[in-house]
Amino acid sequence: MAKLFEAKKLSAFYGATQVLFDIDFAIDAGKITTILGANGAGKTTTLRALCQIVRTTGSMTLNTGAGDVQLVGKSTDAIVRMGVAHVPDGRGTFTTLSVEDNLKLGAYVRSDKDAVAKDMEHCFQLFPRLRERRTQQAGTLSGGEQQMLAISRALMLKPKLLLLDEPSFGLAPLIVAEIFRIMRQINVEDGVSMLLVEQNASLALNLAHHAYLLETGTVALSGPAEQIKNDESVRRAYLGY
Amino acid sequence: MEAFLYQITSGLANGIIYGSVALALVMIYQATHHINFAQGEMATFSTFIAWALINEAGWSYWAAFFFTVAVSFAGGLLVQRIVLKPIEKAPVLTNVIVFIGLLLIFNALSGMFFDHTIKAFDSPFPKDSALAGKYFSAHQLGSAGVLIVVLVALFAFFKYTSVGLAMRAAAQNPDSAKLVGIRVSWMLGLGWGLAAAIGAVAGMMVAPIVFLDPNMMAGILLYGFAGALLGGIDNPPAAVLGGLVVGVLENLLGAYVIGTELKLTVALVLIVGTLTLRPDGLFGKKVVTRV
Repeated sequence: MAKLFEAKKLSAFYGATQVLFDIDFAIDAGKITTILGANGAGKTTTLRALCQIVRTTGSMTLNTGAGDVQLVGKSTDAIVRMGVAHVPDGRGTFTTLSVEDNLKLGAYVRSDKDAVAKDMEHCFQLFPRLRERRTQQAGTLSGGEQQMLAISRALMLKPKLLLLDEPSFGLAPLIVAEIFRIMRQINVEDGVSMLLVEQNASLALNLAHHAYLLETGTVALSGPAEQIKNDESVRRAYLGY
Repeated sequence: MEAFLYQITSGLANGIIYGSVALALVMIYQATHHINFAQGEMATFSTFIAWALINEAGWSYWAAFFFTVAVSFAGGLLVQRIVLKPIEKAPVLTNVIVFIGLLLIFNALSGMFFDHTIKAFDSPFPKDSALAGKYFSAHQLGSAGVLIVVLVALFAFFKYTSVGLAMRAAAQNPDSAKLVGIRVSWMLGLGWGLAAAIGAVAGMMVAPIVFLDPNMMAGILLYGFAGALLGGIDNPPAAVLGGLVVGVLENLLGAYVIGTELKLTVALVLIVGTLTLRPDGLFGKKVVTRV
């Protein structure tokens, strides 16, 4: 399996506080990888490290198609330009801008502006509700619609790698099911590789191909999602049965 | 009645200048939530550059005008890159002190290069014109026209260009702006450049009325600030409108109520009054969000 991304001995810090301790993980091209863990385990920090929003040490390489590129030390906007789209926790929509402007911003770094309109149409097909609300301020959308907008905005980059930070957070189960169904569709039909961070372990394990379990900043367990799902300690601690 | 109308029209004419200064303040406030106290002195310095080009280098007015606007834009950008970028994450008081430092520096630079004597600055608009009448001079009408052009150009820039959209995004949510690949720090630099360019326009429009000296903009900045606050400091057109209202109020109160000596008090009372009674300004929008 071709590796799209590989982190080696990755550590991350908030000021003097170390949050990740020498973790190793990889993302296979075309697959969904998930990072599970309790509050404070370092899941969100892992995504932030990948985009170089927090101070990191170690190595992270992204296969851009033209060889492996080291991400540690790059600026966030340079990493975005390589095709890494990040849907942050709390969704990070531009609340005072319209839905359409939010989507346009998702394609900000792309040079093929002609294709942008087509991709916006694709997003509206995935999430028809966004089409109805295209001129509305993003801040007036419901939580579920904002999550749809955040994912669509990330898709507008035509990402090689999509980072998703707790897309289920604070949403009704029906909306969560819809969003996860569409995430699978995006992965299967558009071939977008994903790194999914979730607290809802059963949701994530049903969607993902490969899983890592973080505990206090270290990788406690990793393997194919099927195998992790059947691991007794995971079942008891994270799946609750 | 005629005198009253005259007070209003000349108030509007002043208000145009205050509106331009307010607009410059809003440019930087929107992106950083800071008020640049040096805005007025930067504008004065720009105006001196235009004066030197016209009166000493012999340039035509409009060549000097556009060159000065371009130089001011570059200057504003440089000030942000060199002076403010290192303190981007510093507390607000640090920024305030730096702004006051910039104010003193630009004031001193104006005096050093162009000395402290009062200079006449010619208006580019003809003394007599068919459009100008009893209530408006040609210069007042011309200034209004220039400000409208600036406003329309800014509106088009923010509404229809991708850089304009990126600037709005960076101002609204810098963290997310970084995640779509916007160089947020450069957007702040652009904001400073735009503010300096608008300030230069305001300086060149006011200089023919008040004469040019290093302290020319000190009072005008206060009126501009009052206008920006009154209109709504997060809303460019409202800030311009606020500037117009301040101009008219200042003139009417000065003529009929408090006398011309106390005119500046109007600006100060408006600043304190707006901040205590209606901090969002008359037209500042309360942001609607659902959580």
